[in-house]
Amino acid sequence: MTRLAVDPIACTGHGLCAELLPEAIALDEWGYPLLADGELPRELLRRARSVAATCPTRALRLVQTAARSAATDA
Amino acid sequence: MTTVLSTHGLFDAPGPGLPEHRATFGPLPGADPVELAAAAELTGRGGAGFPTAVKLRSVADAAVATRRSPVLVGNGAEGEPAAAKDAVLLSRAPHLVLDGLSLVARGLGATDVVLAAPEHLLPGLAARLAERPDGAAVRLHPAAAEFLSGEESALVADIDGDPPLPRSKLVPVRERGVDGRPTLVQNVETLARLALMARGDRETSGRTLVTRRFQRNRTPWTDVLEIPLGAPLGDVLPLDSHVRAVLVGGYHGTWLPAAVARGLPLDRAGLEPVGAALGAGVLAALPADRCGLRETARVVGYLAASSAGQCGPCLNGLPRIAAALAVLARAATPPPQLLTDIWRWCGLLPDRGACRHPDGTVRLVASALGVFAPEVRLHASGRCSATTTRPFLPVPGAVR
Ligand code: SF4
Ligand code: SF4
Repeated sequence: MTRLAVDPIACTGHGLCAELLPEAIALDEWGYPLLADGELPRELLRRARSVAATCPTRALRLVQTAARSAATDA
Repeated sequence: MTTVLSTHGLFDAPGPGLPEHRATFGPLPGADPVELAAAAELTGRGGAGFPTAVKLRSVADAAVATRRSPVLVGNGAEGEPAAAKDAVLLSRAPHLVLDGLSLVARGLGATDVVLAAPEHLLPGLAARLAERPDGAAVRLHPAAAEFLSGEESALVADIDGDPPLPRSKLVPVRERGVDGRPTLVQNVETLARLALMARGDRETSGRTLVTRRFQRNRTPWTDVLEIPLGAPLGDVLPLDSHVRAVLVGGYHGTWLPAAVARGLPLDRAGLEPVGAALGAGVLAALPADRCGLRETARVVGYLAASSAGQCGPCLNGLPRIAAALAVLARAATPPPQLLTDIWRWCGLLPDRGACRHPDGTVRLVASALGVFAPEVRLHASGRCSATTTRPFLPVPGAVR
């Protein structure tokens, strides 16, 4: 179970990822990535991995979904 | 033998000193904070309302996994300008907070304990620490006086000596916080409640501190109260016919029409159905002589300026929303697409920042557009129902 995640602090909005993986990434009106909801389809996994590796700021990641929990109490 | 279970308010001691504290509450018994929090289903009082036991356990687990001793941070930063409850607690009942720190530090095996609070409170807190045998174990940290300075990862950055900005959540604070070590950041009210629970008080997890802001005889009034969770909002906050709307939760909170707000139980179950939450514990009654759009525009202008612009969606979205609200706040016909634009931008922000600042700001904006919709229409026809432009909600810096 894998999905895309972007570290919004690192991302500089190059938009490269959306160009290379339009099936799962669109851009908002300011050029920042909008990720498709949910799991990455199996057939996209390999390409997604290589796109994440091309992100110039290493902001794009593939993460395992079970591990999502938020413990924040500002 | 029967155990005597006492019930205490956080402000029961007649003064902030150790003798008054001891005389009122007695000594701090040893107890496991995780068990206490789990049994009472205690939730964090810093804003997110996360179950305290789960949070405590997750840091303990991270400490075992990384084999590094954890850091405990008492969070009294309270960057929210409308809130005063943590500052009042630290001034009036500091030893309950310090008891809570000591209890949790022992439970976690944390040797590094930091208490972060606004600079002006530190001399008083230093004097309280000096009264305690365990006082030397706590390091006081002056929290930056900005809206986001209480955000958990921003506070960790601040303590680390970095700019007080939120950090990426890909590695959470519980795993890598202060000094790269597993870190528990716990709100000061939550700590004080644990200190009462350790003394056998079973009621305290069912209470909460709120900051009230309203107008009394045409003069602004602010105070901090301890209330039972679930109390009807109208019993806590005076809501007469001179109240236009109620802001629940603070600047990441929700506007509600006074008529809706009146009967709402002040707890998660009561507020969730109307899209609200206790958040930072702020309850503000907007007087009928003020314009809710103008108030919201001022606050959102401040929130947009508070973002520090680390994340694209927040950096781009918030200033646009703030500028558009400033236009809506004027009694004049706005550009035709303006409302549509605001709603679209609001839709683009949630879940895309490193912190919840854009999400909270959007919640405030969306509720304002709903509750003050009649005012939006009035403004479009060149009128405004307010009779004064005097600001009601506090915004640091210049008056807009
Ligand atoms: S390629 Fe990387 S930096 Fe560029 S938009 Fe995508 S995630 Fe952001
Ligand atoms: S979401 Fe906004 S406020 Fe939060 S870290 Fe990113 S830019 Fe800063």
